[in-house]
Amino acid sequence: MPHFPFIAAAYGITIALLGGFLVWSLWRMRRAERAVEEKR
Amino acid sequence: MRFPVLGPIPAMAAPDLHALANPLRFQRFATALTPWLLVLGLAFMTVGIWRGLFFAPPDYLQGETVRILYIHVPSAWFAMGGYLGMALAALAAMVWKHPLAALSVRAIAPVGALFAAICLITGSIWGRPTWGTWWVWDGRLTSMLVLFLLYLGVIALIHSHDDKARGLKMAGYLAIVGTLNLPIIKFSVEKWNTLHQPASIRLSGSSIHPDMLQPLLLSALGFLLLFAGLVLVRMRTLIAEQRLEMRAMRRAARAG
Repeated sequence: MPHFPFIAAAYGITIALLGGFLVWSLWRMRRAERAVEEKR
Repeated sequence: MRFPVLGPIPAMAAPDLHALANPLRFQRFATALTPWLLVLGLAFMTVGIWRGLFFAPPDYLQGETVRILYIHVPSAWFAMGGYLGMALAALAAMVWKHPLAALSVRAIAPVGALFAAICLITGSIWGRPTWGTWWVWDGRLTSMLVLFLLYLGVIALIHSHDDKARGLKMAGYLAIVGTLNLPIIKFSVEKWNTLHQPASIRLSGSSIHPDMLQPLLLSALGFLLLFAGLVLVRMRTLIAEQRLEMRAMRRAARAG
């Protein structure tokens, strides 16, 4: 059985999940903190 | 991303941790620390994974597939460690009514759920070429799935009530009771027949070759820093959203 597709799938999914969550979390944080600054 | 100087942090954190109980002080502390945790976390992860993928030797039994280890094991460690942290925060929120403890529960839950999901998905992908199956209902896999479901349960309970304090209290009970699952995960591979291998790293030492252990530990350090960074990002978001909500309520009260 070839190993490469399994390794690529595991790393691809992990990077997509972690990267997606990180970008979404940072975007949400900046939006909330900017809203606080603007309404000050 | 801004990189504030870390100078004032030790002076603020070392003598009096209670000073951080004030959300505004915590916000300043978190603002300084977040970019460092995220960047260092990503850097350590990258180096660990790079060394694991391209320099570590293959396993004598599993061959190249063992390289999934460098993401599967750290995500499992910190999904479990994060759960323990969340349960302790829930306990602190109930006993001491610490405002940041309640926020920590809300911040850790989605990050822990993400790490548990990564552990389950990568484990399943690793299982197919190694065991010949994507999934078996054995002790380790099932208890890890239970951990993921506990995280989802905590998230669902937090949002289940219009009265946020009540939802958070119920989520806290579930988080604390759910810690019973942690020793089950830990000892499932020793007490029951399972396809999953027993722990290779113990307090007494490691049975992993140093060429594989070093990238694993580097990757694990990266996952730990990233976990902490993501939790701080979530806490900063929650503090900012709470301030916005309070302002909106004050404005509504004045208008009404």
